[in-house]
Amino acid sequence: MDIKLQQVSYAYSMGTPFEKYALFDVDLAIPSQTYQAIIGHTGSGKSTILQHFNGLLKPSKGQVHIGERVIEAGKKAKELKPIRQKVGIVFQFPEHQLFEETVLKDIMFGPMNFGVSEAEAEKRARELIKLVGLPEETLNKSPFDLSGGQMRRVAIAGVLAMDPEVIVLDEPTAGLDPRGQREIMDMFYTLHKERGLTTILVTHSMEDAAKYADRIAIMHEGKCVLNGTPHEIFSDAKTLENYRLELPHIVRFQQKIENMMNQHLSKICLTEEELAEEVSRVLRKGRGQQ
Amino acid sequence: MMEKMIFGRFIPSDSFVHKMDPRSKLLFVFAFIVVVFLANNVVTYALLLAFTLFVILMSKIRLYFLINGLKPVIILLVFTFMIHILFTREGDIIFQLGFLKVYEEGLRQGIFISIRFLVLVFMTSILTLTTSPISITDGLETLLNPLKKMKLPVHELALMMSIALRFIPTLMDETDKIMKAQMARGSDLSAGPLKDRIKAVVPLLVPLFVSAFKRAEDLATAMEVRGYRGGEGRTRYRQLKWDWRDTTGLVLLAAVTILLVGLRN
Repeated sequence: MDIKLQQVSYAYSMGTPFEKYALFDVDLAIPSQTYQAIIGHTGSGKSTILQHFNGLLKPSKGQVHIGERVIEAGKKAKELKPIRQKVGIVFQFPEHQLFEETVLKDIMFGPMNFGVSEAEAEKRARELIKLVGLPEETLNKSPFDLSGGQMRRVAIAGVLAMDPEVIVLDEPTAGLDPRGQREIMDMFYTLHKERGLTTILVTHSMEDAAKYADRIAIMHEGKCVLNGTPHEIFSDAKTLENYRLELPHIVRFQQKIENMMNQHLSKICLTEEELAEEVSRVLRKGRGQQ
Repeated sequence: MMEKMIFGRFIPSDSFVHKMDPRSKLLFVFAFIVVVFLANNVVTYALLLAFTLFVILMSKIRLYFLINGLKPVIILLVFTFMIHILFTREGDIIFQLGFLKVYEEGLRQGIFISIRFLVLVFMTSILTLTTSPISITDGLETLLNPLKKMKLPVHELALMMSIALRFIPTLMDETDKIMKAQMARGSDLSAGPLKDRIKAVVPLLVPLFVSAFKRAEDLATAMEVRGYRGGEGRTRYRQLKWDWRDTTGLVLLAAVTILLVGLRN
């Protein structure tokens, strides 16, 4: 499902002395089945923008296209439920949204709100609990007896159970241990590929953006200032620095190697494998010339 | 929705009222609450209204913003007004609508009570809008200090109040976040029959309570770790200062009170 923001501005506390704009004229088009990362500093408007993707916030100016639906400033938006089923949001620290007596019931909460039968919802829960890496017995436990990391996984399963076409992730791995982070991010990537999802990842992590995203948008002070492929974005270290953002570790490592070898590699490498291959190609060529 | 609530909000500014000492403002408001009941005819209510408008002017808070903040209590206002209109049966009948008879005295009482209500809400709102929650508790603690002799745990009460005030915005933010998370999972708080709406509150309240208790525990630990052990021998970083503004404010209120006593029936 395509998502398109056109000239979207958003102000908090409209019409009070606390009125404050968080987004200014944001244009952003996310074609179906894209893995789009949105990067920016704290306060850059990332979290505000993501709430527009399923109509939780209505733009103060401009339009949001979600599939066929248009949410427009100044017009009443009715019947947002179908949109919310299609666009699942995993909020920051989603474990705070757990409330049911058992994990099973909590995972079933989302789908049953959208009219899925109890049997079907339970079936989904049993599949998903394994997918997020927890044993099936967990389903009968109280979510409040689980560890923080396990709760996070249950909450993610609860969003996936709605069977969304678009999944929006707001810092889904914040506060997890490194292994947990990798597992969760890999799981989302596999899902993205297998189910043909449109994935929107809001993150601080340059590494995650470089590794998974097809396109990266950079937010700065409420504006969308850049949008391109990871190669395009990370080739321009100067611009990134202007927005107080760093290059991913691997690109910084490549710069060090380039300094050591006293020559530039032909492209920006975003994974260890890519970089190793590129370096060995250059070395082989060098040996051939000798 | 939450953003529109003005209760407990503080708008920093440099007006006359802002610069007053929290103690004098508290005394002022408490005295005013009593004084309001002196009014009992057109002149005295007009005086009350004028005085309130004057204070609003001095506080530099925009009137429309105060009125906006009145929205949550408007139902109560309309309700008390209607009670008087419908149930007071004195004086002449002003007009009649079917079996409904509106009496002169009813209308008069309805309007008076509404003004009383309005004036009280405005004054108390001005107190919270012009005084930061911390100064309010500081002021209250000092004012209540004499009661310590009667074994009233004044410091603890003030602390409880400041913690409660401090966490209002935090809990509001939290409510907003959880509400959005549950809305994203298809729960609908604002539509459907009442039964469904009440049911939809559970997914909101449970996480809210869980996090509030967790916060309370964290706060208690943090305080203990930093050696907090009550108000005994504790000094203050913020010193309260009484100046000419405070005296002026209270003198003005005293003048209004005397006028009210003189003008009432």
